[in-house]
Amino acid sequence: MTDQPPPLRIVLAKLGLDGHDRGLKVVARILRDAGMEVIYLGLRQTTDSIVAAAEQEDADAIGLSMHNAGHMTLGPNMVKALADADLPIPVIIGGIVPDEDVAPLLEAGVAAVLGPGASAEEVANTVRNAVSAAV
Amino acid sequence: MSDQEAVTPHAPDADDPQYLAWRAAYEASKLRDVPFETMSGVPVEPVYGDGPYPGQYPYTRGVYPTMYRSRLWTMRMFAGFGTAEDTNARFHDILRNGGTGLSTAFDMPTLMGRDSDSPWSTGEVGRAGVAVDTLADMEDLYSGIDLGSVSTSMTINGPAAIVMAMYIAVGEKNGVSRAELAGTIQNDIFKEYQAQKEYIYPPRPSVRIVTDMIEFTSAEMPKWHPISISGYHIREAGSTAAQELAFTLANGFAYVEAAVAAGVDVDGFAGRLSFFFNSHIDFFEEIGKFRAARRIWARWMKERYGATSERSLLCRFHTQTAGVSLTAQQPENNIARVAIQALAGALGGTQSLHTDSYDEALALPTEKAARIALRTQQIVAHETGVTNVADPLGGSPYVEWMTDEMERQAEAIFAHLEDLGSGSLLEGVYAGIENGYFVGEIADAAYRFEREVNAGRRIIVGVNEFTDGDDPQRELLRIGAEVEDYQLKRLADVKQQRDGQAVAAALAAVTAAAADPTVNLMNPILDAVRVYATLEEVVRAMEVEFGTYVEKAII
Repeated sequence: MTDQPPPLRIVLAKLGLDGHDRGLKVVARILRDAGMEVIYLGLRQTTDSIVAAAEQEDADAIGLSMHNAGHMTLGPNMVKALADADLPIPVIIGGIVPDEDVAPLLEAGVAAVLGPGASAEEVANTVRNAVSAAV
Repeated sequence: MSDQEAVTPHAPDADDPQYLAWRAAYEASKLRDVPFETMSGVPVEPVYGDGPYPGQYPYTRGVYPTMYRSRLWTMRMFAGFGTAEDTNARFHDILRNGGTGLSTAFDMPTLMGRDSDSPWSTGEVGRAGVAVDTLADMEDLYSGIDLGSVSTSMTINGPAAIVMAMYIAVGEKNGVSRAELAGTIQNDIFKEYQAQKEYIYPPRPSVRIVTDMIEFTSAEMPKWHPISISGYHIREAGSTAAQELAFTLANGFAYVEAAVAAGVDVDGFAGRLSFFFNSHIDFFEEIGKFRAARRIWARWMKERYGATSERSLLCRFHTQTAGVSLTAQQPENNIARVAIQALAGALGGTQSLHTDSYDEALALPTEKAARIALRTQQIVAHETGVTNVADPLGGSPYVEWMTDEMERQAEAIFAHLEDLGSGSLLEGVYAGIENGYFVGEIADAAYRFEREVNAGRRIIVGVNEFTDGDDPQRELLRIGAEVEDYQLKRLADVKQQRDGQAVAAALAAVTAAAADPTVNLMNPILDAVRVYATLEEVVRAMEVEFGTYVEKAII
């Protein structure tokens, strides 16, 4: 009997008003192709709606896509909302994030940051590593 | 005669009536005072090859007989960040450096019809464009600029009617009547549901606002383009070139059907519709797309919608280089990409052009990067000689084939939309929004492209090949949190100083107008912004009647 671990479950969302969803949709398909279960919330989510979905869906990770320079506010807000809800789920941010913002985001508790041009393999591995590091 | 053909195989036939008509139109036109010759002093003809010539139906070869010999394209650089004062300073910089049109980028809360003090706006105020909450911000934004002598483009859609009203009100305060205001407001709501996702209301009430604006500007603002039908965002979201072309023109036909159904004569507004396309990196495909756009628009407007004025048949368009083609890796390489894309726009016959800055995959452009981008198109315009000859690639077997192929693919998509709409393009576009056709097609194309890059079948220099030499990131434009603090204070001050009763009455009038489809919304909106009602207050005054739109989340 093979002991296949259950597939990772990841919630993907756009937090806030930013409507750039091309990248997030591509990531959704990449992760699905990599064998994960993707819960795609889509646009205009709040930290509350994401926390609720993560809890309800028993998510292993949360992926946020940011293209409007709001990451330094919204990223830490998301981490705090999860901590307040007592949900130790890693948050991965993808999109347009300048290099110098990466360290402060990690410092604030974001698990990983994926920049533009990341390969499919990098994307899937980043999620897997973030989940194993969080366990 | 055959000797002559052998010597100058591409010279136009001097006896051809089409050529003679073109020649007469050319001779009657005012030309720029520059030598039309190569850098080595070889004089060149204004056009080569076969007719129909530029300025002749179906305008495949260009909308004007002289093209850039009379007037170069408008070098319109898009700018907006931080506070209205910050953006105003950038506008003055652009005008000083030879830019000839202003283009305004609004921040995300403004684009979504939210005020800076909305909880939704946290972290996004002034970040990706300028924040506009009230007329006071628009007064700052255009301070010191003579609105009667510049043309302004405003990239906003959901709350377009409100922002246009604010612009009219700024003009009034400076003694410039609305009839003198020249410019374009994007106001293309269909592509919001399809690609850019900055919608507020459901499609049908949104189209009512658009038709009210078409009606209002047709009657009162002869130099204003009430809508810029935009493929740019469709392409950025991942579509193919042919999808960009087809979805954009289909949206255009849908607006025509909507305005005609609202009782506006087709020739009363079609001449002031303009388009906005992407210039991506596949050079000949882009040029074919631009040429096909002109031909399709002219044919459909004439044959299907019965337009008789020549202006209604002209697909005049703005072009922007492809932001999505810019790489965060080795960002200076983007200067080369932008130059090639700008050249495609010029060879495709664009009426105006925005060139992206090389650092835009990382952040909003720095002043230096924005200047290099402007210089790039100035080099194309003034140094390369491509402006001497209209449609210089016309007659090339490859370019003509590509033009036909783009048209063929677009016609297949129109046929599908007509099926969806039982013969109506307007209903077909509504149906395609409702059933996820547009977003599905775009997401499929985006994923196909990504897989090709990932598999190495498509090379992106500096990303998946030739990756050595990526320097650490240098100077980026940073918008600090102080912008948000400033804007919140500014908004609080305006709210405190205005006449609250007048605002409440004006907003009630907007709601009443929204409830009555026979009333044009523009005048009540103008009354509201004049008394400093905020953007979001006016949005919500209409929302009471119109409701909001929530997209189905489809991967």
